[in-house]
Amino acid sequence: MDDFSIDKVVDTRGSLCPGPIMALIEAVKLADINTVIEFFFEDEQSVKDASLWINKVGNQLLVNETVDGYFRIVVKKVK
Amino acid sequence: MVTKIVIVGGGSAGTITANLLARNLYKNITSGKVIINLITDSPDHIYQPGYLYVVFDKARPEEITRKQKDLLDPHINLFIDPAVNIDRDNRVVVTKSGREFDYDYLVVATGSRIVPEDVPGLQEGSYWFYDMQSAIRLREALMNFNGGKIMISMGIPHKCPVAPLELTFMLYDFFKQKDMLNKVQLHYTYPINSVHVLEPVSNWAVREFERKGIKYDTFFNMEEIDPVKNVISSMEGDKFGYDMLITIPPHKGAQVIEDSGMGKNGWVPTDKKRLFNANYENVYVIGDTTDIPISKAGSTAHFQADVVAERLTSIISEGNTSIEYDGKVVCFLESGFDEATYIWFNYNTPPNPSPPSRMLHWMKLGYNRLYWLTARGIL
Ligand SMILES: Cc1cc2nc3c(=O)[nH]c(=O)nc-3n(C[C@H](O)[C@H](O)[C@H](O)COP(=O)(O)OP(=O)(O)OC[C@H]3O[C@@H](n4cnc5c(N)ncnc54)[C@H](O)[C@@H]3O)c2cc1C
Repeated sequence: MDDFSIDKVVDTRGSLCPGPIMALIEAVKLADINTVIEFFFEDEQSVKDASLWINKVGNQLLVNETVDGYFRIVVKKVK
Repeated sequence: MVTKIVIVGGGSAGTITANLLARNLYKNITSGKVIINLITDSPDHIYQPGYLYVVFDKARPEEITRKQKDLLDPHINLFIDPAVNIDRDNRVVVTKSGREFDYDYLVVATGSRIVPEDVPGLQEGSYWFYDMQSAIRLREALMNFNGGKIMISMGIPHKCPVAPLELTFMLYDFFKQKDMLNKVQLHYTYPINSVHVLEPVSNWAVREFERKGIKYDTFFNMEEIDPVKNVISSMEGDKFGYDMLITIPPHKGAQVIEDSGMGKNGWVPTDKKRLFNANYENVYVIGDTTDIPISKAGSTAHFQADVVAERLTSIISEGNTSIEYDGKVVCFLESGFDEATYIWFNYNTPPNPSPPSRMLHWMKLGYNRLYWLTARGIL
C-alpha cells in the first residue's frame, strides 16, 4: 500500500505529440505545491527522461515501477 | 421537429464544421428541419499561420484576414456575440448580450489563447507573434535590430508545435539576407530534452542547428523574465542573458470553458476517436480546445471538423454513425525562406519528415492561399 494519496492521474499512453514529457512537465507546472501526480508511460525512454527532469527541477519521484508492460511513476511537487 | 445545431467559435474548426454541415444538410435546412447557429466573438477570421509571414514582411495583415460572414454558407446563422456560459444539462448557450441559444447538438470550437501573464516579466520583456498586433510589433523590432543575442523560448502547452522551429529557421534566413549573421547569435530553447516533441523532427532540426551555428538548450521551461536586466530564468535553474527575447507564451483554452465548468484551464475532456465530451454525447469538441494529447494545429482542427460534420450528418439523417477520428495531423514546416519539409502522423503512425525542398515550400505558400477554400468546406 502506498503511504500517500494520488491527487491527479495523467495517462500519456498513445500520446505522440505533444508527447509524454511535455504532458508531465505541464501537469507538474500547473499543480500546487505538495500535489501528488501519477503518470502512465508506454515506453522506457519516457520514464528515463521524466526522472531526469524531476531530479533536475528538484521534485520527488515517489514510485517508479513497471505494471503489466507499461510504466507507472508517481511524482510529488515540492518546488 | 426542428433539430438545432449550435457551434461556438468561428475559427478554423467551427467554420469548417458549419460549412460542411450546411452543405450536407442543405435539404433539411431549406425545409426548416435543421437550424445551424454559429456563435463567435469577432467579425474577422484570421489565418493564424500567416502571422509568421507578417513577422518577416512576407504577408500583409489584410492578406490573412477575411470577414467571417463572407466565409460562411448563407444557410448558417452567424451571431457575433461571445458565449459566456454553456449549460450542458439544460442544453443552452448564453451569450454576452444575454441571448439564449438552445440546442440538440453542440460543437465547441473555442480554440486556445495565449496567457503571457502567467510568466512573470514576460509581457514586459518579450516579443511574440501569436496575434496580429504582436506579429507587427516583432516585425518592427526585427527591422531595427542591430545585432546581438536573440533568445527563442516557449511555454507549454502551445499551439502549432512546428512554429518555434519555423521562426528560428526564418530568423536565420532573415539575417543571412541582411548580411548580419556575423552580428547575430540565435539561441533556441525547448521545454523537453530534445528540440522538438517528435523525435524524427528533432533529429533533423539538431542537424540544421549545428550546420547553421544556432545554439540550443533543452529542458528549459521559462519561469521568470527580468525585463530590466534582460535575463530569462528557467524552472530547471538556468539563466540566460539576451538582447531580444522572442517567446511563445503558454496557452489556455477559452475563459467560457472554465466558467462553465467544462474543463480545467479551458481544455475539455474529449473522446479521442468519437470527439464528444465525456458524459455528453450531443456535445462535440474539436480543434485546440480538446484535451486530446495531440498537436494543437489547424490541420488537426480541419480533420476533426470533417469527422464531426460527417458524424452529425449521419446521426441526423440516419440515426447512427461509425465515423471516427484516427488522430491524423499534417504539417508543412518552413525550414527557412526557400525550403520546407512535411510531416504527417496519426494515433498509430509516427511522423517521418521528408527532406526539405523548394517544392514543399511552394506547397505551403500555396496552401496559405487555399486555406480560404478549406474554411469554406470546399478543400
Ligand atoms: C503563428 C501561428 C502559426 C501557426 N501555424 C500553423 C501551421 O503551420 N499549421 C497548422 O496546422 N496550424 C498552425 N497554427 C495553429 C492553428 O492556427 C490553430 O491550431 C487553429 O486555428 C485551431 O483551430 P480552432 O478552430 O480550434 O481555434 P481558432 O482557429 O483559434 O478559433 C477559435 C475561435 O473561437 C472564438 N472564441 C473564443 N472564445 C469564444 C467565446 N467565448 N464565444 C464565441 N467564440 C469564441 C475565437 O474568437 C476564434 O474565432 C498556427 C498558429 C499560429 C498562432
